[in-house]
Amino acid sequence: MNFFAFFILLPSPFCLKLERTWIIMSATIMTITSGKGGVGKTTATANLSAALAAKGYKVVAIDADIGLRNLDVVMGLENRVVYDLVDVVDGVCRIKQAMIRDKRIEGLYLIPAAQTRDKNAVSPEDMIALCDQLRDDFDFVLIDSPAGIEQGFKNAVAPADKVIIITTPEVAAVRDADRIIGLIEAEEQGPGELIINRLRPDMIKRGDMIGIEDVLDILAIDLLGVVPDDESIITSTNRGVPATMENHSVASQAFKNVATRITGETVPFLDLETQETFLQKLSKFFSSL
Amino acid sequence: MGFFDKLFGGSKNSGSVAKERLQVVLIQDRVKMPPGTMNKIRDEIIEVISKYVDIDTEGMEISLTKSARQSRLVADIPILRSRQNGRR
Repeated sequence: MNFFAFFILLPSPFCLKLERTWIIMSATIMTITSGKGGVGKTTATANLSAALAAKGYKVVAIDADIGLRNLDVVMGLENRVVYDLVDVVDGVCRIKQAMIRDKRIEGLYLIPAAQTRDKNAVSPEDMIALCDQLRDDFDFVLIDSPAGIEQGFKNAVAPADKVIIITTPEVAAVRDADRIIGLIEAEEQGPGELIINRLRPDMIKRGDMIGIEDVLDILAIDLLGVVPDDESIITSTNRGVPATMENHSVASQAFKNVATRITGETVPFLDLETQETFLQKLSKFFSSL
Repeated sequence: MGFFDKLFGGSKNSGSVAKERLQVVLIQDRVKMPPGTMNKIRDEIIEVISKYVDIDTEGMEISLTKSARQSRLVADIPILRSRQNGRR
């Protein structure tokens, strides 16, 4: 039997990637986004901010999810909100007045979102101007993006030097992550870096979860970290203390590793899929909870 | 995946099913191709090639694959015999 095969190359919409260059640059502005809701943007923002501050960097976390304020409760700072992001943009207060200083870690601040306004209260230009004001005083600005691809997402991504895309190994989350990668590449802010959250090594081992390599294969961007599914994230969120601030769980360690990579150091990836010893440790850990 | 599925090799792991479904849906997302278009492409390819050679339409496979962030349309078409030359 003869086989006749041919290939047609479809034009890729992603051709030119221009690196943004900054003349004055001290703070690195990073936006954490995902497309899909509930994959862990806010958790990641809180944990990475705390982990970076614990390393001695000066960090401000900005909740860009206007109307659905959440980062304040995840960080445990909800009782100290006076002014918010929209107040700063509207000129109601100075930027320093809206920054809540976290008393638990030196150098950690939060600018909360407004709860009573909507996403159109802020424009991408406002966010760029606001972040530029923060550049001289901080090492890192972490922006917690709202879900979706509308105004709120655009606001959150506009000032970013680096976009961190967070996904879970699920069909819907990966699909949305792909869409986000396409959008930030179109804005020449791509391709971004990926965090795979809530991984279940036991399910991957059984073949019932998309593996790390498969996700990377599909999305074709650099991996910044893998965070296993971990109850400690829920318990620490219950208490309003980011996991990286208090405990030594696997997820906490994974977020700390991501923070270390953000600072430019190389940390080996926890090989959750194949390392037998680690899996054993992990299953021991899970059963001990 | 249930125990019996595993025992008899009846169905695929849900992880690989998820990966395959994702690959298909992402190709459609990326090239903004409506779901029916693949079938149209297939029919028209058959039409064009059938003018010159007899092809095994049953054994024909057209798929979209991707490498990095580039999509690739691959057609694998078994030829029965050349129409002009007959059997060589």
